[in-house]
Amino acid sequence: MCGVLALAVGVLTFTALFVDMALDGFGRLSWDFFTSYPSRRPGQAGILSAWVGSTLVMLTTAVFAVPLGVATGIYLEEYAAKNWVTDLIEINITNLAGVPSIVYGLLALGLFVYQFGLGQSILTAGLTLALLILPVVIVATREAIRSIPQAIREGSYALGATQWQTVRYHILPYSSAGILTGIIIGMARAIGETAPIITIGALTFIAFLPPSPFTAGPFEWLFSPFTVMPIQMFNWTSRPEAAFHANAAAAGFVLVLMTLAMNGLAIWLRYRLRRNIKW
Amino acid sequence: MQTPIAERLARRRARVIRERLIELVLLLAALVSVLTTVGIVYVLVKESVLFFQQVPLGKFLTDTQWTPLFDDAHFGIMVLLSGTLTSSAVALAIAIPLGTIIAIYLSEFAPFRLREVAKPFLELLGGVPTIVYGYFALLFVTPLLQRIYPELPGFNLLAAGIVMGIMIIPYVSSISEDAMRAVPMSLREGSYALGATRFQTAVKVVVPAAFSGIASAYILGISRAVGETMILAVAAGMQPNLTFNPLEPAATITAYIVQVALGDLPHGSIGYQTIFAAGLTLLVFTFLFNVAGHVLRKTFREAY
Amino acid sequence: MKTTLCVIAALAAAAPAWAQQKIVRIDGSSTVYPVTEAVAEDFQKAKKQQVKVTVGISGTGGGFKKFCRGETDISNASRPILKKEMEDCRTAGIEYFELPVAFDALTVVVNPKNAFVRQLTLAELKKMWEPAAQGKVTRWNQVNAQWPDQPMKLFGPGADSGTFDYFTEAVVGKSKASRGDFTASEDDNVLVQGVSRDVNGLGYFGFAYYIENQDKLKAVPIVNEKGRAVAPSMEAVEKGTYTPLARPIFIYVSAKSLAKPEVREFVEYYLKNGAKLAREVKYVPLPESAYRVALEHVQKGKKGTVFGGAAEVGVTIDELLKREARL
Repeated sequence: MCGVLALAVGVLTFTALFVDMALDGFGRLSWDFFTSYPSRRPGQAGILSAWVGSTLVMLTTAVFAVPLGVATGIYLEEYAAKNWVTDLIEINITNLAGVPSIVYGLLALGLFVYQFGLGQSILTAGLTLALLILPVVIVATREAIRSIPQAIREGSYALGATQWQTVRYHILPYSSAGILTGIIIGMARAIGETAPIITIGALTFIAFLPPSPFTAGPFEWLFSPFTVMPIQMFNWTSRPEAAFHANAAAAGFVLVLMTLAMNGLAIWLRYRLRRNIKW
Repeated sequence: MQTPIAERLARRRARVIRERLIELVLLLAALVSVLTTVGIVYVLVKESVLFFQQVPLGKFLTDTQWTPLFDDAHFGIMVLLSGTLTSSAVALAIAIPLGTIIAIYLSEFAPFRLREVAKPFLELLGGVPTIVYGYFALLFVTPLLQRIYPELPGFNLLAAGIVMGIMIIPYVSSISEDAMRAVPMSLREGSYALGATRFQTAVKVVVPAAFSGIASAYILGISRAVGETMILAVAAGMQPNLTFNPLEPAATITAYIVQVALGDLPHGSIGYQTIFAAGLTLLVFTFLFNVAGHVLRKTFREAY
Repeated sequence: MKTTLCVIAALAAAAPAWAQQKIVRIDGSSTVYPVTEAVAEDFQKAKKQQVKVTVGISGTGGGFKKFCRGETDISNASRPILKKEMEDCRTAGIEYFELPVAFDALTVVVNPKNAFVRQLTLAELKKMWEPAAQGKVTRWNQVNAQWPDQPMKLFGPGADSGTFDYFTEAVVGKSKASRGDFTASEDDNVLVQGVSRDVNGLGYFGFAYYIENQDKLKAVPIVNEKGRAVAPSMEAVEKGTYTPLARPIFIYVSAKSLAKPEVREFVEYYLKNGAKLAREVKYVPLPESAYRVALEHVQKGKKGTVFGGAAEVGVTIDELLKREARL
């Protein structure tokens, strides 16, 4: 009973938030809204550069965060010796989870933008956010791997498999559901981040899209200036004209929908995978 | 043409090299996180050193006012720290009990369908942009609370803390639930065989067995609460205030850092350097806390 | 992991290609942002998308940091460039033009139900906001004995904002000297909400936020140095009677960037259309002559700042334009 009540709190809050935003912003949703650039006139302003920017940044983040996070988790669980060095790495990771996001922004500014010369681009944003969500992915991966019974590993070794073969063909498939949990939570966080992205130089007014991989080089878009949905929302909520607030609510609504879509994909995957595991 | 034995040995050598290489690659991945910390520490310490040359450490730790940007500057970090601690305490008072209850419910009691629907829904809670949560706390939760307690100021730590707690629930519940579900059925079956009820099994057998995972989830949740920025920046006010009373407005370390980094201060001034000193304090604090948590986990972990 | 490293290496090699595009890069204050956004929008339309303009909001300080590293062509600033930033620019060899583009009238507001505050003198404002008032001056009758004995609730921008700097300089006499016990917020909309919901509220923020919420707020006329109480309005600022709370906002243009034709065209467009566009976004335009003189300064190469690296209060536009500039 308590469980249902507790669930209800979460559900209620989300509904209140979502409905509130929908009521304010729904009127603004139209084809124009999705295909227009920002403007000083609230009626003409749109989120085109923002949602394209968010999508591309999320893609970049996933490409970096997933392999790095999962690889780290595997190393720590399967390969690392149980000594104080490993302990230090573990503490280090949970520590990173508590670093405020803006500090990642400051780090990225000094390192990626200046030192590596990657500029104020989608690539930098993706790398920054990947670092930000790395701890979540790692912790989830580790917990997922740790929960696999030793018997499975022993069976695999008994049949003559090497360590990597065991990991690749047994550990990873069984832990993929838990790993996906970590990725989902991490990516959902990344799409809503504002402060670190502004610090590395995301723009607020940008009336053009990154070059398409079909017209310019295949990786040109990674180095393009950009903006993301939360920044657009943030800017609109702090403008005096009330009409901009409706825009902001609509943008927030769209952002939550985008998160839903992203999560939905991963969740469907996880559902398929969890169904098959019984022990 | 090699002999069969030499061929087999060569293959084995290649396999060994390949395994070693893979291990190296994975180690490098793990080192990225270490390098990140090194980078963060470097960035924070570099500027903090300049700061501490001008403000003595003793004053930093004991002064009761934090007004670095005012003409008459005070640099007492306890003020900001109190804001961080109070808001985190409120958030965790909500997130940990609720998150754990939800995790137990979903893992031990709920039917499969409900679980597969509820879990993603909860994860959505973690996906709402934090500024949206911030405005939600300011414009919706605070007026609601003001109906119960009319004296409540427009900016306060309570509303921000509550919303933050709700945001952290999925961190706690999702990972805890994964850990609990991974406890083998044999343990549960053993418990039922001895005549325990579902509830007793859940609380006395499954939870202790999954303790390491649950503790990880808690620690992650706590870290998230301490490091949260935007919700507090928007809803708790930017007024540095030395208080442990959640009914007052206060500034946290994180909200302060954002305020200054994106504000109009010239970079390189002492006002700007304060953000690095504040950030460093936060880092040291969470580090000590994490060490304690780690030791605790190792002591109580169950192996099965 | 290996593939990731390879990809990064390949990408780093591909980076320079983007530089060929015609882009005008602008960053800086979020106060100046609405005006620059309006100009950028219309400029891009006028150029039929041949030139791209990007605007960021890293704050005046963040904007100058990037500007003095040569990363941006133009910096939005709600305050003049300070000594430390001038040094950074000098070390990096960046020379710049300081161009005022509009006025922001700081408006003091009270709740519409407040009937007793008909005007405010600077002395009264000082009594309310000076550091010595902290914890002591908390009721209206302590500021002016004719006002009722009721609690006073103060709202204002955060201590890192240019608005705060300017207001404290103008009212208390020293920049950043202020009491600490008021409700501070970065977001002026929150201040609007605060004052409009509290009968005893008093706050200050930019004119645009007052105009958009006129039905919820009452602007207080400020007694200027001639002894007249002047309400904030576009005309009052343009005439120069609403003082000292009208502050100029600027753009700083890098001399090196000005050599690029697209940047030069943008600056000229800004100065030619600034008046009309500033008005649209509820900022007060400078007099026509001011934009003309600023354009002349650009064409004649009058570089540097006239403020000597520190902020100033109550400088008229005419005076500004006549002064000697120094890099």
